[in-house]
Amino acid sequence: MDHMEDAGRQEKLVSARRAGLVACTRCTRVWPAGTDVCGRCGSDLRSRDYRSLQRVWAWLTVGIICYIPANLYPMLRTRVLFTETESTIVEGALDLALHGAVGIALIIFIASVMIPVGKFIAIGWLAYSVAKPLTMEPHRRHKLYEFVEFIGRWSMIDVFVVAILSALVQLNVAAAINPGPAAFTFALSVIFTMLAAQSFDARMIWDTDEDPRAR
Amino acid sequence: MPQDRTEDLDELIACPVCDTLYHARMPGIGERVTCSRCHHVLIAPKDGAFIRVIALALTVMILMLGATFFPFLSIDAQGFSNAASVFDSALAFMDGGWMVALSFATAALIVLIPVLRAALVIYVLGPLAFGRKPWPGARAAFRWSEDLRPWSMAEIFVIGVAVALVKVSDLARVDYGPAFFMFAALVVVIVLQDGSMCRWTIWKTLEDKKSS
Repeated sequence: MDHMEDAGRQEKLVSARRAGLVACTRCTRVWPAGTDVCGRCGSDLRSRDYRSLQRVWAWLTVGIICYIPANLYPMLRTRVLFTETESTIVEGALDLALHGAVGIALIIFIASVMIPVGKFIAIGWLAYSVAKPLTMEPHRRHKLYEFVEFIGRWSMIDVFVVAILSALVQLNVAAAINPGPAAFTFALSVIFTMLAAQSFDARMIWDTDEDPRAR
Repeated sequence: MPQDRTEDLDELIACPVCDTLYHARMPGIGERVTCSRCHHVLIAPKDGAFIRVIALALTVMILMLGATFFPFLSIDAQGFSNAASVFDSALAFMDGGWMVALSFATAALIVLIPVLRAALVIYVLGPLAFGRKPWPGARAAFRWSEDLRPWSMAEIFVIGVAVALVKVSDLARVDYGPAFFMFAALVVVIVLQDGSMCRWTIWKTLEDKKSS
């Protein structure tokens, strides 16, 4: 691995914005400030997308709203012979743990409860910290952002588990598993929080690093 | 900083994550250049990458065709048995009103988007690999392919399968179908394909070839 030398070989790193340029976040080409569309890849150019914060908050809010019914309504309806049981996300995880599959129960609990809740807090905090002067070091905030971006998709595990079980376990009178309404709202919650994380303009994290007043 | 001459800006590169400005410098084949502030990988060229990515993308499409329609898993318990394909799993939500939307979303996330991405990559890199001019709309196609990247969830589906197997195992006996192994191989190929793509090299080639 090998680090880039910085522009102009100065000691301090300079951002494209400081240099009077606007960078394309997709293909990394730089253009004079004020250019609207990247000539290389055709993406829209914005030096900093301050309005992105509104989008982050909007997606995050609907994500949280969808997460509430996802926990209250059943995720799975299991019928063995003539007894039907319904289980929510947490009940499903507890059930697995009681059957001795503690590791799998932990995966479900982490993917369906800890990651979504952690994501709500992390995205909200990142968006808040860009708008308000906070003291957390940019490197750590950046690590948090990368982690949130990486981990978000994995919450979909539980939705896929429900899909596989519902397709597979259809054994006439012996047993059947069907999806509950929570599968739908949970999937929506994951999709909306992924959109919230994508809307966040990570470059704003570093602006305070160069100039405390550059907001 | 010469702002009036855009051709000079061609030699600069800005980190997409933290906006730090650098002089673009092509590293040796197989080496990587990372941002010294946030450690984002900026340039990582690989030898014969275009051909390799195309080959892997074709493999993805062929494996996905088999993995979708062949039986994936089958179970039997108390004299009853059932087999499900990946396609059946995606359609599991089909019978209940607005749950149909979830069926389409699942089908898209685990089958359609991975295949679409592979097709877009072949469309973009096909002509470039043979030193030709890119096909019309290649830039838009590659933008699409990059936008769809987080929404391609085949690898998450595989973990979901593992969890589902544990849940089913005390209810019934489970057998693996051919599609199970195809899908497992598919995930490895998708990861390899994404790993051998250097986005910067592709964008630069698209730009250079367009004007020549």
